[in-house]
Amino acid sequence: MTLKRIDQIINEHEGEASALIQIMLDIQNEHHWLPREALERVGERLGVPFSRIQHIATFYKAFSLVPKGRHRVHVCMGTACHVRGAPRVLGKVEDLTGLKSGETDLDLKFSLETVNCLGCCALGPVLEINGTTHGRLSPTETADVLSSYE
Amino acid sequence: MTRIRSRDELEAWRGRVLSGRDADTPCITVCAGTGCLASGSRAVITAFESELEEQGLNVDVGFRGTGCHGFCEKGPIVVLDPEEICYLQVSADDVPEIVSETVKDNRVIERLLYVDPNTDEKTACESDIPFYKHQQRVVFGANRRIDPRSIEDYLAIDGYQALIKSLFEMTPEEVVEEVKRADLRGRGGGGFPAGVKWEIARNAPGEPKYVVVNCDEGDPGAYMDRSLMEGNPHGVLEGLTIGAYAIGAHEGYVYIRQEYPLALENLGVAIGNARDRGLLGRDILGSGFDFDVTVHRGAGAFVCGEETALLLSLEGRVGEPRPRPPYPAVEGLWGKPTNINNVETWANVPLIIGRGADAFAATGTEGSKGTKIFSLVGKIANTGLVEVPMGITLRDVIYSIGGGIPNGRRFKAVQTGGPSGGCIPEEGLDLEVDFDELTKAGSMMGSGGMIVMDEDTCMVDVARYFTDFLSDESCGKCVPCREGLRQMRKILTRITEGEGVEGDIEVLEGLAETAREASLCALGKTAPNPFLSTYRYFRSEYEAHIHEKRCPALSCKELVSYWIDPERCKACLICLKACPSEVITGAKRTIHVIDQERCNSCGVCLEVCPSRFEAVRKISGEEVPPPIPEDQRTIVRKSKST
Repeated sequence: MTLKRIDQIINEHEGEASALIQIMLDIQNEHHWLPREALERVGERLGVPFSRIQHIATFYKAFSLVPKGRHRVHVCMGTACHVRGAPRVLGKVEDLTGLKSGETDLDLKFSLETVNCLGCCALGPVLEINGTTHGRLSPTETADVLSSYE
Repeated sequence: MTRIRSRDELEAWRGRVLSGRDADTPCITVCAGTGCLASGSRAVITAFESELEEQGLNVDVGFRGTGCHGFCEKGPIVVLDPEEICYLQVSADDVPEIVSETVKDNRVIERLLYVDPNTDEKTACESDIPFYKHQQRVVFGANRRIDPRSIEDYLAIDGYQALIKSLFEMTPEEVVEEVKRADLRGRGGGGFPAGVKWEIARNAPGEPKYVVVNCDEGDPGAYMDRSLMEGNPHGVLEGLTIGAYAIGAHEGYVYIRQEYPLALENLGVAIGNARDRGLLGRDILGSGFDFDVTVHRGAGAFVCGEETALLLSLEGRVGEPRPRPPYPAVEGLWGKPTNINNVETWANVPLIIGRGADAFAATGTEGSKGTKIFSLVGKIANTGLVEVPMGITLRDVIYSIGGGIPNGRRFKAVQTGGPSGGCIPEEGLDLEVDFDELTKAGSMMGSGGMIVMDEDTCMVDVARYFTDFLSDESCGKCVPCREGLRQMRKILTRITEGEGVEGDIEVLEGLAETAREASLCALGKTAPNPFLSTYRYFRSEYEAHIHEKRCPALSCKELVSYWIDPERCKACLICLKACPSEVITGAKRTIHVIDQERCNSCGVCLEVCPSRFEAVRKISGEEVPPPIPEDQRTIVRKSKST
């Protein structure tokens, strides 16, 4: 992500310090993580101390300070999915990818995250890969779903 | 698009919209809420669009993608008006048949209808399906009738009439009074009377004033706010604008989770349309009242659903709650009087102003008026969103509407009020649901999550799950919440792993009391509820875990062993091949045996064992029978002739 693009995003929010979280979200959504240079630029332009930016980046779940994999796997651990067997689905994903929640593998293929509710409770247990929902999964079906991603 | 400058102009526009519509014209409605989209409704919509065009019906037959209908279990849902024929679990392949049979020839397609699981009876008409029949969908019902991106659709169902009434026929004080008289209590969890809050904000010194929509719906298993925002954003905006007029605010904010992309998109379209038409902005409808809205995406923090944390987050800061008072109504956003209500609360406002406080308050109980939308999920036949009058019994919600527990299992408990709510056991099924009754039962209304659990759900594990969630989401400001919850989680985890010791319960009780008394915000104060309510009603499960190392629900992995019953095993090789740890021995015609030493209780063998054999069993709290001697494992098949 270029500094020019970061400036563009900041300008879209009229450079207001109160828009800090919105600006960081835009960068995160476009780039999938927040490189230090990007955050420094944001701090400089908005006149916000870097410590506050770091505080925000680590407080809110949407932000990542490390690069993410090509396929972002979100396993729903919401209550409805939990009682329908989400822990076993998660266990399967962890076994197959070798990742724990919040981790990305070295060749940047998968990033694994647990989320609190995807709001498709009728389909539970659910996992979402790159925005596509896969529902009513057994551990065996989970393995089939994962293997379909290159 | 022309800007509407007066009440008369709006009426004229509404007249034009209505004249182009006829209630008897056939119209196909497909649910395009997040739940149905996940089940594939996008493909159904595309198929309808091309099929209607191909058959030359796109002029005579209306077509509409709507927000969530609520019956998520059976999505994608298609409803054909005016007959209200409801087709469930429709796929794109069904579409040509629906168009040629039902749309053209008025023939109902039996296989797509709702089938009663008990009587096998089929129901064609949407409002006759038990799931819908026992509801009272005064707020949520609009979703089914409008395309959320069409302001014309909203006008056609009397949208923005309540705003007109407020702006032109009522003073701000009268609006506040009406909401007070309706006794509308906050739907986000607190249950504080909205009218009283509005009055405080109105009378508080300081300018400017702000109004805020709280759409930071964080409770797992609850998605009613999202569905309202996705399906009827104008309804929320109308309520908000009325509130702003009543309070004297000219700026509003919608704080919405960024994990809700469709809600964000539909809200954005609605705000754009409202602005273009003069329903937001300067001099709304020529009334002299100015009001506009800014959308703020939440970056993912459960605690930001708490109002003081939410307001800090709006200012671009970290969302850590602060002590109240001062309440936001007096000192809120940027230190100014701010009225913050939840999505569903705002969506009720047009209803109260439009129909009058008395009509609104005619529904409900003494202390809780109107209806409430619940998210009915978990071990329930009909998962979905249901809107019911306050005072309905849990039994009616779970059995009459929800269709009971699937797979012949037994009801164990229902968890209400989100993570910091409580579990209500079978004895409590006749409880009349409202703010006060739920609190008395040791639970709470919360935002309206209702998670049903059956006999396979371990209540200690449920308490562990919620404590884990809350400990994770604790912002860390108050020690009793940050450290206390962490200790509670540790102890509960230990108990579910069979490592519970004497005295654990006493320590949990002490930690619970401290967190409840000494935390600043509602998250910490209510965080012990999951433990307290499960312990209150399911004490024996805790005791079994601690003293007998047994999980009565056969759910806690560390306390469960899997065993193949040699009498039932048919040596079919299915579990043997499926076992990921390769700990099952056996062969064709040789009974399979699990090596208990190496088995990690993943449960795959039970899952794959054909139901006609039922050879794999779960065992907890007792010795696993020893494997049968190797020389007795051969199965001798009798030949058919003998």
